[in-house]
Amino acid sequence: MTELDAFRTEARLWLEENCPAEMRTPLRSEADVCWGGRRTSFASADQELWMRRMGERGWTVPDWPREYGGGGLSPAQAKVLREEMAGLGCRNPLNSFGISMLGPALLRYGTEAQKLEHLPKIARGEIRWCQGYSEPGAGSDLASLSTRAEDHGDHFRVSGQKVWTSYADKADWIFCLVRTDTTTKQGGISFLLFDMDSPGVSTKPILLISGYSPFCETFFTDVAVPRSNLVGGLNRGWEVAKYLLGHEREMISGMGLGHGETALGRIAAGTVGTEPDGRLDDPVLRARIAIFEVRAAAFRAMSERFVDELKANRAHPAQPSMMKYFGTELNKQRHELLVASGGSNALAWDSERSHNGAAARAWLRSKANSIEGGTSEVQLNIVAKRILDLPGA
Amino acid sequence: MPLFLTDEQAMLRDTARPFLAEQAPVSHLRALRDAADPTGFSPGLWRRFGDMGFTAILIPEADGGLGLGHVEAGVVLEEIGRNLTPSPFLATAVGAVTALAGGSVAQKRRWLPAIARGDAVATLAVDETARHRPERVALRAERHGNGFRLTGEKCFVAHGHVADLIVVAARTSGETADADGITLFAVEKGVAGLTAEVERLTDASLAARLRFDGVEVNADSVIGEVDGGRPGLSRSLAALRAGAAAELLGVGGGVMDMTVGYLRQRRQFGQAIGSFQALQHRAAHLYAEMEVARAAVLKAQQLLDAGDAAAERAVAVAKAMAGLATALSVQEGVQMHGGMGMTDEYDVGFYMKRQRVAAEMFGDTDYHADRLARLAGY
Repeated sequence: MTELDAFRTEARLWLEENCPAEMRTPLRSEADVCWGGRRTSFASADQELWMRRMGERGWTVPDWPREYGGGGLSPAQAKVLREEMAGLGCRNPLNSFGISMLGPALLRYGTEAQKLEHLPKIARGEIRWCQGYSEPGAGSDLASLSTRAEDHGDHFRVSGQKVWTSYADKADWIFCLVRTDTTTKQGGISFLLFDMDSPGVSTKPILLISGYSPFCETFFTDVAVPRSNLVGGLNRGWEVAKYLLGHEREMISGMGLGHGETALGRIAAGTVGTEPDGRLDDPVLRARIAIFEVRAAAFRAMSERFVDELKANRAHPAQPSMMKYFGTELNKQRHELLVASGGSNALAWDSERSHNGAAARAWLRSKANSIEGGTSEVQLNIVAKRILDLPGA
Repeated sequence: MPLFLTDEQAMLRDTARPFLAEQAPVSHLRALRDAADPTGFSPGLWRRFGDMGFTAILIPEADGGLGLGHVEAGVVLEEIGRNLTPSPFLATAVGAVTALAGGSVAQKRRWLPAIARGDAVATLAVDETARHRPERVALRAERHGNGFRLTGEKCFVAHGHVADLIVVAARTSGETADADGITLFAVEKGVAGLTAEVERLTDASLAARLRFDGVEVNADSVIGEVDGGRPGLSRSLAALRAGAAAELLGVGGGVMDMTVGYLRQRRQFGQAIGSFQALQHRAAHLYAEMEVARAAVLKAQQLLDAGDAAAERAVAVAKAMAGLATALSVQEGVQMHGGMGMTDEYDVGFYMKRQRVAAEMFGDTDYHADRLARLAGY
């Protein structure tokens, strides 16, 4: 037995013993996603137990170094752990922007003190982070952002407005792009970390077409931020921001994998019925689902390849843009088919029977996938220029 | 195992790529077509494949081969696709070699060394209708004396008019649509009662319609068990589908590279047309489709090599997705080359033709999407 096989056995035994039964069932709705944080309310005792057990073992962030609260696993071991968790149907114990976005950026650009202060709290789910990037005047053209941070020596004073700040009203801390020099564009941006409880921070949720408010407007009025919370150096924030965006796009591309929704074929069988041999009694819908499933399965392979290449430092630096583009367009197609397969059942908005309109709301929510984290069009621009080496317009 | 090529597999690619680019670029295909070459490929090049060891990739070491896998065969096939090289590699070194894995020691001794040397050409005769329906086998093999007598027709048999060995899926019991009752036969060239009507296809390759008019073969020509040929046929088809998908990646990748190069160089309105966002977005979309197809094909090859039960679905995904992505690649290739893309003088049209034929082989995207749906139970 190889060392990796031994690890697989050990991991499976530990997961079987420590993953509560409820945490091995598919997510029913967004409420079942565990985000952690100071003011979190867990959906169940098992959800909290699962997050704590995995956090103590460092397996919420399996491949981060142990000294920062991670599991210290090699890429191969981390892949085995993912496979074993998938095999047992284990839910992700902790989903957070700290894990998927800030953590990788801090590991690369943070000072030792910043890593030691923030990474273990992210790993254990103690602090929930939000992302202060987009502004009313800086969307696709993110580098035109104008939130100001005035340099006061040992601290900065931040004033301005962010928008589309995901879960800002539920977050404990923010990683935020600010302008520290107005004479240049990308070269005048800095990357700051600060507590959302700081005086001068306020948030206002935005009601979306799904009826939910996952995004906020976030306002800063003369917020004091210690200089020690500057990441990557003064006016060096754009490099950190872009690196982090790569990880954000990687995370969002995961939407293409779905969230363990009931199989399209099964949903459609319930609404259109089946032929004696099991085929759906709606050949056109069946064909659409089948072609979608081809693309979804191919994307699962792509996702595996992408992670393997990333861990081996073989991925093109702009490949997350391709992944984000394909994954989010795929997820939108999935939700179109989920609603088509569900028929009028999927159009219910707030009944108990429809789990508060879960299908319709998720369908509407998915439309943001190809906008948030950089639109599909921006991703295609990046692929065209950086991967295909096509000339600038 | 990580989902990218190992160092050894990358080395094989680094050998195969310049070899095919030098020995058999698109001009080689063009020359064979213009000469109305009756063989359909260059026997000299086929022997060079033997010298390079390519033909022995899937032959087990015990049988004198290299004992490598479908990933390695795919590496060679991708370069074949990239150069549109007319070659019996897929039919012989992938299809027939996989079928012979279930054969007798005598059959292996008879054929595998000759295939490894690049002397023998072999092929599988599966299709009987214009659309791939291997679930239905009507060609009958009836017991006759010490052997069998084969009666029926096969079509779309690559290299069927020149193959030294034709592996034939025949019905020895039951009805056309039955899963069981299939037997694989090793039929040699020149046997009485076998006629080949050769047809030049769109891509200038040659395929045969084979007519079996009471062809008599002895019992030793049965590969595996009488009535037990279905698993062997399925294994061979899986290998051929993964192989055809790999060849498609080469075709689609080759035309994509040509097209992106053209976008950089062709100038209109005083600038490179590749600076126009309308074209950039379409090129970037094509890149994404091709990348995803590439991952699907490698996944299927790795699962086949691991003997994993999930390989069956993965192969269907790979062939279907490779068909989708590469159809887009050749269509965008012709469109973005403008009028040049429509000329016979320019190579891009050759890619379009080859893509269409390779996409049809062993089941197209629709066939494999349907298969995936059936396997998933809907």
